[in-house]
Amino acid sequence: MAEELRIGVFVCECGINIAGTVDCDGLTEWAKTLPDVVFAIKNRYTCAEPGQQEIKQYIKEENLNRVVVASCTPRMHEPTFRRCCADAGLNPYLFEMANIREQCSWVHSDRKQATQKAKDIVKIAVAKARLLESQKELEVPVTQAALVVGGGIAGIQSSLDLADAGYQVWLVEKEPTIGGLMSYINKTFPTMD
Amino acid sequence: MMDVGRHPKINLLAYSEIEEITGYIGNFHVKVRKKARYVDEKACTACDECVKVCPVVMPDEHQLGLSTRKAIYMPFAQAVPASYLINMEDCLGNNPIACDKCAEVCDPKCIDFDQQDEFVEFDVGVAIVATGMYVCDPTILDEYRYTKYENVITSWEFEILTGPGYVTKGELLRPTDRKPPKNIAFIQCVGSRSEKRGNPYCSNICCMNTVKDTLFLKEHHPEIDCSVFYMDIRSFGKGYEELYKRSKAVGVKYIRGIPGDIVEDPKTKNLIVTVENTTTGKIEKHEFEMVVLSIGVIPRPETEQIQRALTLSKAPCGFLMETHYQLDPIDSPTGGVFLAGCCESPKDIKSSVIQASGAASRAETLLTTGKVKVEAITSTIIPDMCKACGICADACPYGSITVDRKAKTPAVVVEAACKGCGTCGAECRFDAIEMKHFTDRQIMAMIDAMFEEKPEEKICIFACNWCSYGGADLAGLSRMQYPPNGRIIRTMCSGRVDEKFIWHAFKKGAPVVLVSGCHFADCHYINANRWTQKRIEGMWNKLERKGIRPKRLQLEWISAAEAVKWTKVMHAVEDLRKTVTKEEIEETKKILSDKKKG
Repeated sequence: MAEELRIGVFVCECGINIAGTVDCDGLTEWAKTLPDVVFAIKNRYTCAEPGQQEIKQYIKEENLNRVVVASCTPRMHEPTFRRCCADAGLNPYLFEMANIREQCSWVHSDRKQATQKAKDIVKIAVAKARLLESQKELEVPVTQAALVVGGGIAGIQSSLDLADAGYQVWLVEKEPTIGGLMSYINKTFPTMD
Repeated sequence: MMDVGRHPKINLLAYSEIEEITGYIGNFHVKVRKKARYVDEKACTACDECVKVCPVVMPDEHQLGLSTRKAIYMPFAQAVPASYLINMEDCLGNNPIACDKCAEVCDPKCIDFDQQDEFVEFDVGVAIVATGMYVCDPTILDEYRYTKYENVITSWEFEILTGPGYVTKGELLRPTDRKPPKNIAFIQCVGSRSEKRGNPYCSNICCMNTVKDTLFLKEHHPEIDCSVFYMDIRSFGKGYEELYKRSKAVGVKYIRGIPGDIVEDPKTKNLIVTVENTTTGKIEKHEFEMVVLSIGVIPRPETEQIQRALTLSKAPCGFLMETHYQLDPIDSPTGGVFLAGCCESPKDIKSSVIQASGAASRAETLLTTGKVKVEAITSTIIPDMCKACGICADACPYGSITVDRKAKTPAVVVEAACKGCGTCGAECRFDAIEMKHFTDRQIMAMIDAMFEEKPEEKICIFACNWCSYGGADLAGLSRMQYPPNGRIIRTMCSGRVDEKFIWHAFKKGAPVVLVSGCHFADCHYINANRWTQKRIEGMWNKLERKGIRPKRLQLEWISAAEAVKWTKVMHAVEDLRKTVTKEEIEETKKILSDKKKG
């Protein structure tokens, strides 16, 4: 019933950000020994255009159905790589990220220890990847109106910009009048007006 | 300001407060309390007759109490909306015997003592938070005796005293004798750049504000002698250094050194300022007729309410946290919510306007696209396993799960309302809930992989996506160094961390398990982390009863800004790990395999 798992691991050097502390060649070779990993490759910058192209290319060429990128924090590039998978026809939820930069190469200086930890991080990510399932994202409409909280100079500017663009704006101000701190100020720098 | 009042696309709700915001990116529902003004905004002609007859005289907030207003008033002449209001705490009341004078003279009959607070509800797709900042308390630095000496004022009061709306029409007079001062001193960094008193950060605007104040004085009264006491003048903006040079060129004295003391001469009411001039290295005494304390700024206290309503985060400085310091300085961590102006950090007018336009543009991107995809991380009930106990419905911070306990029909999840924290899944005792993309099986497999080799060297860490994982990322970004023994499993919320994950980790030989989530006020799932706490506390008892050291399970609250705390905790858990021997681990494994029902 289950399809054959074909996991591809893409190890990013991030210039010297990762490669400076983690043995990326060793990591890539080692990743190939993990269960269901059929392909592993290292790239100088996986998030750059050639790196992304490579992911798309190998998803197709190697028939990958799970992708693990070992690079930075998912809080940064998870959307990038998910898009990349989607472009190659793979459900974006069949992607998993191994954070070997913020939580490894940048916080440890011992190359041996950092490489060992990076291997574990990749192994844990692959373990999850083996059990990933396709998901369908719910698409919701965006209500065509904006709330602006605070009627100081910033709130006023945001409100006017949005309203001038044709959107309905609800500007909520706590005080009886808008103007905020600016309305207390006599002269302003650097123009002295 | 006027443009806002008359723009057909802007609904201005002044004198109003946000009661509640629910929903998610693209679909927020907002409830606002519009406070009663007791004056019909639309009928009022601003004739001012009511103010003339009002017998109640109160300090005027908009003049920082330096002038007076009546109980019925308009905050200032150019106020928007241009309408009066009655402060009911000041008003003698609508009892005609007591007063009622304003209502008697009001020709359009727009005074309504029975007006009630109104609730306005509406839907929006995006929100911009622009709650601003406030000035800090000058009494923190007691050596300047702000409350004792009348001639010591704040830079904020200086604005009022020299403003055109003040009774002197902008003429600066010394408070004690109502005469123009012959000389005046400005003291910088009051409440700023101090770890101990006030705030550790630079308030950004005070240097240039003082430069501006000195030039203003010199332009009108070249004879006034101005001195500025400073640490260093920060004039980094376009045209700022030029303005600073102009101030020096017109004779303002800049003395490098922050005064340690101010004493008043009881006869002349002049102020003797003692300072170590750090250029000469000498202790000096200077006499001034007035001293202006250039006070720093703080986040507006009301921001906290909005922070909670929209589940935003605060940086250690107290200002709201952006998604990324450099690359995403306008987006908040909550989808569809953007930050503008001083709620994010202290800034001058130009920077506020720039960020505000940026926030509008970010919001427009969403509005123009018209639709948005919501991450498919939601909970699913497995009906066959569900016993309709209802704990999931209790645990859900969003009320997105309903269950009929009496009828014993399986629970139902409203997917669009589910935010994906996973607390329901962790609380369910019957494995009847699957959290998409963070399933039990996936997490258990990750634990298995983690402890396949040398488990005694590893610390199993569960970190919530929004705060603790972010804190770990920031530690990396800041290149803080810590021991390499921790292995992180990211969950959306610490509420997702099921007891069985922790038991499983111990069974697999984990010396230490750490669960780390957001601070209580910061939880991105309202209060899901309260369930984390309850669960972990329960586990400590269970561990104790089983004869396993409860300490080996650690619970921490670490925000996305607390890289330093993250690093400290990493050192602490590693120290703890070193105390766990192989024998202890084996013993734990034995205990847990003997009593299968954990």
